[in-house]
Amino acid sequence: MPAMLRNLAQRLGMMAHSFDGGIHPQQHKVSASLHSEACPLASLYTLPMKMHIGSPCSPIVAVGERVLRGQKIAKSEGYLSVPVHAPTSGRILRIEKAAIPHPSGMGIPSIVIEADGDDNEEQILEPINDWHNTDPALLRERVRMCGLAGLGGAVFPTFIKLVQDSRFAIETVILNGIECEPWLTNDHRLMLEYADDILSGLAIMMHMVKTASAIIAIEENKADAALVMREALAARDDMAEVRVVVLPTRYPQGSEKQLIYSLTGREVSAGKLPIHIGVLCLNVGTTRAVYQAVVKAKALTERMVTISGDAIAQPGNLRVRIGTPMRYLFGLRGLENFTGVRILHGGPMMGELLRHPDVPVVKSTNGMLAMREASFMGAHTQEQACIRCGHCSEACPSSLVPNLLVDQCRSDQFEKAEAYNLFDCIECGACSYVCPSNIPLVHYFRYGKGQIAQQRREKVFAEASRERSEYRDQRKERDKQALAAKRKSVRKTHAPKVEVVKENGPTTATDVVNNDKLNKGNIE
Amino acid sequence: MMGLLYALLSLGAFALLAGVVLAVAQKVFHVEGDPMVDKVDALLPQTQCGQCGYPGCKPYATAVASEGAEVNHCVPGGERTMLAIADLMGVEPKALEQEATAPMVAFVREDECIGCTLCIKACPVDAIIGAPKQYHTVLAAHCTGCELCVEPCPVDCIDMLVKPELIEHWAWPLPKTRRSKLGHERRENHAGHA
Repeated sequence: MPAMLRNLAQRLGMMAHSFDGGIHPQQHKVSASLHSEACPLASLYTLPMKMHIGSPCSPIVAVGERVLRGQKIAKSEGYLSVPVHAPTSGRILRIEKAAIPHPSGMGIPSIVIEADGDDNEEQILEPINDWHNTDPALLRERVRMCGLAGLGGAVFPTFIKLVQDSRFAIETVILNGIECEPWLTNDHRLMLEYADDILSGLAIMMHMVKTASAIIAIEENKADAALVMREALAARDDMAEVRVVVLPTRYPQGSEKQLIYSLTGREVSAGKLPIHIGVLCLNVGTTRAVYQAVVKAKALTERMVTISGDAIAQPGNLRVRIGTPMRYLFGLRGLENFTGVRILHGGPMMGELLRHPDVPVVKSTNGMLAMREASFMGAHTQEQACIRCGHCSEACPSSLVPNLLVDQCRSDQFEKAEAYNLFDCIECGACSYVCPSNIPLVHYFRYGKGQIAQQRREKVFAEASRERSEYRDQRKERDKQALAAKRKSVRKTHAPKVEVVKENGPTTATDVVNNDKLNKGNIE
Repeated sequence: MMGLLYALLSLGAFALLAGVVLAVAQKVFHVEGDPMVDKVDALLPQTQCGQCGYPGCKPYATAVASEGAEVNHCVPGGERTMLAIADLMGVEPKALEQEATAPMVAFVREDECIGCTLCIKACPVDAIIGAPKQYHTVLAAHCTGCELCVEPCPVDCIDMLVKPELIEHWAWPLPKTRRSKLGHERRENHAGHA
């Protein structure tokens, strides 16, 4: 249906709201019917100091120290950050740079724990069973302390979303159980197996943000999950205003802004958060983690991970400790030889292609896919010229014009690309998927965004350098004048005597420090 | 005859009025300095390295804006800066004489430093701290990698190191496809010919 007609029908209430565009990739949800299993303990765990969006943590343990499961091993630095906890009991083997699941293949400081196999748990936190009568601010602190970050993949610190500020009133809580990425089934299994935990987590969050209305959004292809959630809902008496909404299967239905539009008909403006329109949107996995943090007093040390892909003989859903080596996990599933196999961290649409499996499972790891080289999109295709078919514009869920943007990014016309709202791109990859000319559009957009970010950083640095250099020039000028004045006075008193004075006064430590203070605000 | 007089008088009065308005406007809207200098300066990387042959970024900006200096002298700025300046000045882009190197940062080998303060005086952005007969050290966050401190050091204890790459600053490269490579070549040729 033409977009204009659909828009009109939606406005008149004749049709449910739905985001623009989207695609229907093959589902491949082969692991959907497989019950989750606990992953056996590994011998080594690697905990990167940054598994969330925000500033990195700093270690609070020393090499050789013994730690227990759930013990805090790194503290958050700055507001936008959450601490890191030990996934099992053991000894701190080393603290060093280690590779993380990132397309660059680079590493960040990490803590490596040698497991002792006993898996002893630390019990410091008290369970809060009476959360109905607990101050939301206390619950929020508990969520922060337990290291919760969005488990859907974006790993935004959860406590920040559970805002306690009268300026932001939350009307609706949305539970995201969409899981629109092909292959991934971890949220699906969570809803089937832990429906009660999820609902308890939802109830806690509704108490925290003081709202009675919530929507649990599930995609059509998970009808069994919708059924289970509805039954679990009916069994509870405190959730009368909570609805389960089944949305049509369409990628990227699970993207936050698109989902909110589909459910409420309201758009989150560019650069804004759902909170600005009174919506709190959380993944089902995060919701369960909230329940575990509050009622079970457990820090985030485990998550559900789908392990699948056409190079995996036995796909499955595993409850994996954070920090477990991926090579070990693939080994458990019978994959040991990685030649001719590509590894994805996350789903095939938005996941990151990894250079090697020697990285740990982190908080954002919703799935690990091993794909045969041959079945990889782009492996046997060649980029062709754009034929202006407009498929990408139709597929874009953010209503952008990818075929224009790609030219601007390719030719480094970044101001233009920004003017055409490059930063509204959610990098879902729908444009690349539909392109008949095999143009890797989303890759160009990532390139463009990266270049713009780099230029901005350079600009800030240049500005700071200019200020420092100007300050130095001023100081030199001041010293020169002071010297001249001194000479003058010296000449007056001892007229014939010739005074030898150094050209410039040495830079004093205070000057440097002053300059440093002057520029502190501008660096980063 | 009267018609001619009216015409002369009215035109004369208008010219007088316009003259007064222009005179006032010149005083009221007077701009200190050359705005072009600041615009060019804003495009430069502010390393203050002097590789352009001028004693700093501002002097080079002045030379470009008002003395007609070439736009291709800024080495650390690379092609992007050259193109931006050429675009601003409305002149043809010119090929760079020297390739830009990877961003560097100075490092003082502290056990060899004799504390002479010569490098401190040479640093254009006050990024070295220290006192006479004390070790000096470079504030890496402020160092522009200009290398001006290397020459004055009497004991050669300053190394220029490649700035470590941070994962937060990592950016996606252009996709490696045949077409984009062609595009690159086309752009390079374009810049070369011009």
